[in-house]
Amino acid sequence: MDQLAQQLINGLSLGSIYALIALGYTMVYGIIQLINFAHGDVYMVGAYVGFASMAILGLGVFESLALAMVTCMILGVVIERVAYKPLRNSTRIAVLITAIGVSLLLEYVMLYFVGAAVRSYPPLPDYFNAQFAVGGVVISAKSLIIIGVSVALMIGLQFIVQKTRIGKAMRAVSQDADAARLMGINVDNTISFTFALGSALAGAAGVLVGIYYNTINPLMGIMPGLKAFVAAVFGGIGLIPGALIGGYFIGVTETLVSGYFSSLLQDAVVFAILILVLIFKPAGLLGKNVREKV
Amino acid sequence: MPPIVRTLLTRGVPLLALYLVVLGLIGAGIIDAYWMATLALICVNIVLAVSLNLITGFTGQFSLGHAGFMAIGAYATAIISNAVAGPAGFLGGLLAGGVLAALVGFLIGLPTLRLRGDYLAIATLGMAEIIRVVFVNLDSVTNGAAGLTVTQNMDWNWFFVLTVGSVILIRNYLRSRQGRDAIAVREDEIAAESIGVDTTRAKVMSFTIGAFFGGLGGGMYASYFYFIKPDLFGFLKSIDILVIVVLGGLGSLSGSIIAAILLALISTLLQGFTEIRMILYALLLVVIMIFRPEGLMGSRELSLNVFSRLGRRRPALATAQAAPGASEAQGKGDER
Repeated sequence: MDQLAQQLINGLSLGSIYALIALGYTMVYGIIQLINFAHGDVYMVGAYVGFASMAILGLGVFESLALAMVTCMILGVVIERVAYKPLRNSTRIAVLITAIGVSLLLEYVMLYFVGAAVRSYPPLPDYFNAQFAVGGVVISAKSLIIIGVSVALMIGLQFIVQKTRIGKAMRAVSQDADAARLMGINVDNTISFTFALGSALAGAAGVLVGIYYNTINPLMGIMPGLKAFVAAVFGGIGLIPGALIGGYFIGVTETLVSGYFSSLLQDAVVFAILILVLIFKPAGLLGKNVREKV
Repeated sequence: MPPIVRTLLTRGVPLLALYLVVLGLIGAGIIDAYWMATLALICVNIVLAVSLNLITGFTGQFSLGHAGFMAIGAYATAIISNAVAGPAGFLGGLLAGGVLAALVGFLIGLPTLRLRGDYLAIATLGMAEIIRVVFVNLDSVTNGAAGLTVTQNMDWNWFFVLTVGSVILIRNYLRSRQGRDAIAVREDEIAAESIGVDTTRAKVMSFTIGAFFGGLGGGMYASYFYFIKPDLFGFLKSIDILVIVVLGGLGSLSGSIIAAILLALISTLLQGFTEIRMILYALLLVVIMIFRPEGLMGSRELSLNVFSRLGRRRPALATAQAAPGASEAQGKGDER
């Protein structure tokens, strides 16, 4: 029982990170129906910016988090403007291939400059390493901070999407881009803003994962990126609450599988979930089946 | 001249010449072991690229799991040809690999190809990943992550027969009624459906056939390069194949062949610089999609027919091409 509770705590920390990445996927998909394969690599860049700002600039954890978010925000907008915007009217396959190209480009340019070696995050302030024992369960302050920061960011996102003008514009464009344009919404800027928000969250996730696992490498974005996408599909792609539920579900499942069976199987289980979802409920947990129109 | 003789003359003679020239170069030692490996890679990549082009370029379904089919074919060929010596084990292994890959492709394709959009890309990606993890964990059969040594059975004769055979079979499939259904699905799925094309069937057919040849390509790879491990068939391998297809042109078989040759030469030259090669590939993908989304060849084909056109220009050619189309339409009308 204690072990289960312990695994759940670990799963929630990991799930928070997946949920942050999944939010970016789901928002971008919601607004331009693109699986942004480069999203996982934006998260990787975020982890490296956090590393550089802590190890080289000597900034604190939260300043580094903010710096990583701002850098990724800019990166996300640049990717959108340079690679995706010229393809607004192309086939979906063309945009998808471009996204894969951008993803590879980020990975290997990073590999070229920092090398393939794994780096470990600089030592954290003491309060990160505190531990509380509740019953037989050990809760580390690190996990609590990761969950806390993620939840705060998600609340902030929810506020932006639901209460601000630009959030309203995002929702309008995702419902019907043409109609939104007719209502005087600047669709291009709204799409860029969506990329900015999603990429900032991915950057935050990158720093948090550096804190959580303590190691980063240039190809670290591939797997979490794919898993976060699975999370988004699981919850219902395009839906913000779906990404949250999916992220936590995938995180907890993965931790339980590696805790009780084998860590080698965790990736296979996540993709098996994906295929099962696609077979039985392709619209995802919260999604509704929409009839397609000609 | 009867058509069959003409086909043999225009297609068979240049191919035979190619075969003999390469055979001669190998005999003379000009193509040494190093260039033979490049040649083998070109042949394997042609089979893989042409089969992925059938799925992605001609049927319009985006698959990111071709390396998974390749892995199935490679391991089936390896295990069977290690167990049964001689050409029986080798050919049986290739065939079993193709059939197994096709079976897996069918099982994955049937549920996911019904869905609109990019789900297939993700499902196939997940499938390839699952296959890789399974092969890593099946220690007793696959020797896990350490890899498996395979009896080397391939030589230039087999490469020639299998590569040319695969391309001809896929080309003929595309000219059959099913193949035209597949192209109709790519052009406009809703329109195709409304004129009575069974779109799911067309997609699943293409996907299964593509998976078969993906498995065959994997078997060819394993039998020549005689060492396989699950990591060889990861996500990046799928991307490698995709780059060939995109560069050559989505919907052009000859484009895929040209691109396979071009990229094999480039990667042979850039052998020591993996990172540079990947940066180049990545840029290639983005730049092609933005500036020339149709690839080198678009959907045009460079056919061996040029040899017959060089000889004489006859209006008979045009009518001969129009006639099968007309009789095909007739056939469709009768059946429905």
